[in-house]
Amino acid sequence: MIEIDAISKAYGDVTVVDNVSMTIDAGSITVIVGTSGSGKTTLLRMINRLVEPTRGTIRIDGEDNGAIAPHELRRRIGYAIQGHGLFPHRTVAENIATVPKLLGWPQDRIDARVEELLKLFQLDPVAFGPRFPHELSGGQSQRVGVARALAAEPNLLLMDEPFGALDPVIRAKAQDDLLAIQKHFGTTIILVTHDMEEAFGLADRIAVMDGGRLLQYATPTEMLANPATDFVASLIGTAERPFRLLALNPVEKAMEPGVAEGEPISGEASQRDALAELLWSGRPALPVTGKDGIVAGRVTVDSLLKQARPA
Amino acid sequence: MRFGLNRIDRVGVVVALIAAYGLVAPFALFRANRIVQGEGRSLFSALPPSLGAILLVLSAIAIVMALLRLPLFLKLLASLVMLAVLAFAIGNAAGFLTPEGNNYARVSPGSGFWLLSAAFALLATDCLARLRPPPWMRIAILTAIIAAIAFVLASGLWDGLSILKEYSSRADTFWLEAGRHVTLALGSLAVAAVVGIPLGILCHRVEPARSAILNLLNIVQTIPSIALFGILIGPLSWVAANVPGAADLGIRGIGMAPAFLALFLYSLLPMVANTVGGLAGVPAEANDAARGVGMTDRQRLTQVELPLAFPVILTGIRIVLVQNIGLATIAALIGGGGFGVFVFQGLGQTAMDLVLLGAVPTVTMAFAAAVILDAIVELVAPANAGSGTGRKEATA
Repeated sequence: MIEIDAISKAYGDVTVVDNVSMTIDAGSITVIVGTSGSGKTTLLRMINRLVEPTRGTIRIDGEDNGAIAPHELRRRIGYAIQGHGLFPHRTVAENIATVPKLLGWPQDRIDARVEELLKLFQLDPVAFGPRFPHELSGGQSQRVGVARALAAEPNLLLMDEPFGALDPVIRAKAQDDLLAIQKHFGTTIILVTHDMEEAFGLADRIAVMDGGRLLQYATPTEMLANPATDFVASLIGTAERPFRLLALNPVEKAMEPGVAEGEPISGEASQRDALAELLWSGRPALPVTGKDGIVAGRVTVDSLLKQARPA
Repeated sequence: MRFGLNRIDRVGVVVALIAAYGLVAPFALFRANRIVQGEGRSLFSALPPSLGAILLVLSAIAIVMALLRLPLFLKLLASLVMLAVLAFAIGNAAGFLTPEGNNYARVSPGSGFWLLSAAFALLATDCLARLRPPPWMRIAILTAIIAAIAFVLASGLWDGLSILKEYSSRADTFWLEAGRHVTLALGSLAVAAVVGIPLGILCHRVEPARSAILNLLNIVQTIPSIALFGILIGPLSWVAANVPGAADLGIRGIGMAPAFLALFLYSLLPMVANTVGGLAGVPAEANDAARGVGMTDRQRLTQVELPLAFPVILTGIRIVLVQNIGLATIAALIGGGGFGVFVFQGLGQTAMDLVLLGAVPTVTMAFAAAVILDAIVELVAPANAGSGTGRKEATA
């Protein structure tokens, strides 16, 4: 659990983070959203003390982060940045091994961890381990950057616009991978982005920042139902609201008994995907399969439309 | 017409013009003794007729080859053969021109020989540059050339030439001065690296120190070398007289100490400036990531910043080394020794052969140092290719 308590950062007369408090649950994904200059990156960098706060405290699992030497604190926290920040003079394997090396792990444990992570990120250890960063594509570099951040098995992972440099197709894939990784390790993730789509796609809770202030900190559903200010509402996009809400919930929540024609959809798919399929194929209903892959019911346009409004 | 012009190599035209003029210019100079004005001797009066004819014919063939667009290795081969033939011919000219038993007469290469050598050396260099040999190959070629020259020198082929006659009467001092020259050039470089790299790191980390140090070093760099020697005489004499043990270490107002100190001071600016430049060129994300993963400042410096800045720092070392090898010649003016001793003695005696005895090894050393360090810089750089354009391409 991370407790951010009345934290502020000022450079001279300019306050970039203004009295922000929030509590982040262990094992959750929190996305901090804001325009550039909103203070979101500064807030993130105060957690691992790349920026020292002017006022306030941050506690990680009850421990004041100001009481830990900065370099030791940072070795315990994963950190991934936009453009991945890989060390250009080190191979992929050496890059991933950075923090375990700093922590003095035995070499065989480091090697095993590097191999495990490369496999997890679908990079062949034999082919990619010895490569240099300039020999990687953007998507590969980004994966190596996250693998490096996770190498020392941190409980907390900070990500600053990690997908900013990727094209849309690779970005969607990277986001899916991140969700899978998070499930796999149970890591607490705090991610900064300016992309609301990304925030709704990843977050358990979203924090909206503007002008250094925290405007709203809520689950995506709450935020859709009750945006705290006009700014939050405009960031969500009025016209996007029903579709964002549908995208947040699985089809099975709108499932009803009955049968339907044609190709079935998984109960775990989003309601938005189901509606899109219904609209595109012109069918009134879709069969829905359960976790076992057997058709368990159906979903209709009407039932989905009821879901597209706040309860 | 257009077709014909396309088959002419442009560098070849330059080579051909220089070589053609070289064939008619005096091939060797003959002097009755070492300080009188030399008389030029043409190709056929400087060499036995058969050798002169062979040189003429081979030169003509090589000139035609230089003009045509032939495979580069063929042209390279032709130029190397010509250089070898010229080396043989000039040695032969010495024996041919020197009267039997005359120890005063001097034979030295004439403008014709130098022009022909320059023309074919240009052709060889051009071919090598276009063939783009990898760094280790360039060092191997350099080693082979030096070995070939050493072989010719050892064979006694050139012993009749004036520059080697000057050498033979000074063989002991030559190697002594060579040692001093190397000590001055390499020693001042080593000290400049030991002082300059930390100073560069300081400049990089402490903003106010940067402009102060760099401006000061810039001013030092603008002081003419002779003036700098003069400026150093006072303080160093004082140190020698007043600091216990300083005089025993060889510190004096004149001699090796001020020369060493001056070369060191001239070396500092390139060392510091390249260290600062190299560190400034380290990608901001790499630095941010280094801090973010929990490196201490020292770890960030040794594991990220210095390795990434190393090729630029090495370029600074290359600049300093080549500069110092040349500048060390001036040390002789204040009794610091080095090849400059022969240059200034020769100038004093109007004996150009003696000047050459100091100048030729200096130029050769500087050239060799440049080739070797360029190769090393290139060998070191590929590991860092990602810090430049390569990385941008990958993320695009």
